[in-house]
Amino acid sequence: MTTKTPQPSLARAAAATGVERSTAEAVNKASQRPLYEKRRKIHPKAAHGTFRRLKWAIMAVTLAIYYLTPWIRWDRGPSAPEQAVLIDIPARRFYFFFIEIWPQEVYYLTGLLIVAALALFLATSLFGRVWCGYSCPQTVWTDLFIAVEYMLEGDRAARIRGDAMPWTAAKTARKAVKHVLWVAIAVLTGGAWVFYFADAPILLADLARFQAPPVAYIAIGGLAFTTYMLGGIAREQMCTYMCPWPRLQAAMVDEDSLVVTYREYRGEPRGLHRKNETWEGRGDCIDCNQCVAVCPMGIDIRDGQQLECITCALCIDACDSVMGKVGRPRGLIAYDTLANLDNRAAGQPPRLRLLRLRPAIYVALIAVVSVFMLVTLGTRANLELNVLRDRNPLYVTLSDGGVRNGYTLKIINKLHRTRALRLSATGPLPTRVSVLGNPSTDDPVMNVGADRLVSFRVFLTVPATALQGESTAVAFAISDSATDTQVTYDSVFRGPAQ
Amino acid sequence: MASGKEVDQTSGTETTGHEWDGIKELDTPLPRWWLWTFYACVIWAVGYWVLMPAWPLIDSYTKGLLGHSQRASVAESLAQARLAQSGFVRRIQASSLDEIEGDPALLEFALAGGRSAFAVNCSQCHGLGAAGAPGYPNLNDDDWLWGGSLDDIHQTIHFGIRSDHDDTRVGDMPAFLRDEILERTQVEDVAAYVLSLSKDVEDAAAVARGADIFAEECVACHQEGGAGSRELGAPRLADGIWLYGSTNATLIQTIANGRASVMPAWADRLDAATIKQLAIYVHTLGGGE
Repeated sequence: MTTKTPQPSLARAAAATGVERSTAEAVNKASQRPLYEKRRKIHPKAAHGTFRRLKWAIMAVTLAIYYLTPWIRWDRGPSAPEQAVLIDIPARRFYFFFIEIWPQEVYYLTGLLIVAALALFLATSLFGRVWCGYSCPQTVWTDLFIAVEYMLEGDRAARIRGDAMPWTAAKTARKAVKHVLWVAIAVLTGGAWVFYFADAPILLADLARFQAPPVAYIAIGGLAFTTYMLGGIAREQMCTYMCPWPRLQAAMVDEDSLVVTYREYRGEPRGLHRKNETWEGRGDCIDCNQCVAVCPMGIDIRDGQQLECITCALCIDACDSVMGKVGRPRGLIAYDTLANLDNRAAGQPPRLRLLRLRPAIYVALIAVVSVFMLVTLGTRANLELNVLRDRNPLYVTLSDGGVRNGYTLKIINKLHRTRALRLSATGPLPTRVSVLGNPSTDDPVMNVGADRLVSFRVFLTVPATALQGESTAVAFAISDSATDTQVTYDSVFRGPAQ
Repeated sequence: MASGKEVDQTSGTETTGHEWDGIKELDTPLPRWWLWTFYACVIWAVGYWVLMPAWPLIDSYTKGLLGHSQRASVAESLAQARLAQSGFVRRIQASSLDEIEGDPALLEFALAGGRSAFAVNCSQCHGLGAAGAPGYPNLNDDDWLWGGSLDDIHQTIHFGIRSDHDDTRVGDMPAFLRDEILERTQVEDVAAYVLSLSKDVEDAAAVARGADIFAEECVACHQEGGAGSRELGAPRLADGIWLYGSTNATLIQTIANGRASVMPAWADRLDAATIKQLAIYVHTLGGGE
């Protein structure tokens, strides 16, 4: 049905106004989608205009961020990798420019995800599904894949004709080149991903010589497969059926959020319009179907707000250019709020209320979480001490009646240089400290390498006469005179029941 | 859309035509991705039967074309682990005990190996924390029956105590009452004297009588004042550490019936590198000399 020839009257009308007309059908219209019908392919027409240019720009920026980030270098000294963003799984470190995260600090990641989620809520409550329409990887890569398709197979009409024609050598070649390019993009996508997990220049050389670890090739293959499938084949089905966000967003959007709207009060009653015909008594919509033809989701924006709409705004571009040609004001399809649609329809002035309670709450929450994260990051200790007291045996009685306790000290040095740490134990008991492998008995000094966690066996000995009870408090302290830092850990010294 | 099918008014979904008590069964299709995943799993399963060990037979099983075996892969992992450790093991074999303790990398390896060997071979008697039990010495403290230097410990582990090895360490605590060397009252007096070496005993007369008997019968091994002798494995009696316990009854039992607990020789059971690692591990528990 998408291939039927235009009716003669429509063709004449097109000639009359200079406006291209389309018989495009909104294939994803909810009322036209029986459960047992196969998916009908969407051939989005190329749009031109403000939002299309904005989308190209955002695609360029987001793809550049994705592909170039692993290649940014960052000097951390000789003991750490010089890649600005690196998830170093074997060494269990995450590097992000000046931030270095140890495994026990993944709560920073939790905080980051909370901020990201709240930012998504905020953006949605203000501007609707801008994330979906402009910067979601699914949108960006689908756009890229459609651009390749456009380059090789032409615009909507040519693609529909091409799909319907029999398989000739030329068609086969065109399709083959398209899929080869798609696979190439997909492989490059997966290929860029692995550079976040290893030193990029070294890994690139290894990949080229087929000497990289198997997991690198598996990751590239897996991501290439999903990119090809989601960007090339599944496309809008990902958004409509697989993604949970369209279901959630209804709770984020209200009548004051900017969404892509069709100004029904102005457009209806729609209908064919011939040159020099009056605009009196009719709507501005000339029913040219261009908004449907450009829609990558296969819907008709004139049906109102729909779960399928990712607010990519390409229908705005399409409609604006048509309005320009027929000499009517632009903005028949435009970003607007649902409240303003009612206001305009009632002849009242539109009001844009971006400062509302809901976004204010989101901003406040983002501020709270961000400040908390920044403070914890700023005051994060670069020296940590953990003391594990021996439990088997709880204590050891010595031949002179004295009592000895064993401890394992785990010292984390997050600085990128070796530190000399002086150990002392303080408390009510007169304790003698000794460290296994360290001959010094008077406040022994321990060396901890750069960016490392080192364990020490430490013994405390107390003379028989000094013990007061079964358990006495003792505090371990390690101090670094070079940075004037001291870290303490409270533990206990145990002896026999008195 | 298949025509002629009845459509449910509320949901807009076709029905299967089945009806029970006026309730009609909706004919909701399986999601395509689900179907495809299901088909892929079926194909995967068939491939798995062919390629991997799958079907039990009477006295065997289908081996699969890939010849995979978990038993073989475990053996391979173990061989790889041994190969990875072989450099350290060779260095431990070639180095003296003192050299190993002086080298941080070797020491770390030896301690890890020693800890695991101790848990497997020694903990049954000495306890996982090496705190011992009555009759089994505590290896954490500074009181050693046969010496607490690296070489002493190594020799003890290697040849054992009263073991079946020709070079075993041997010490003999006679059964003074059972073998009728001493009378019952004499045994009690000696026990009183021995206790008095480390704590106060009320019966001064018994202590004095015991001291005389001690000087005659016991001093050859346990030395003057109960100082003990490591050459003979005779425990020091003048401290707070007791192998079998420090009650009067235990002491009387020890003197009356003697003691002859056994530590096996490990020379024929463990390799030289493991025994070295064990010696170093025990030496670093806290009481090493």
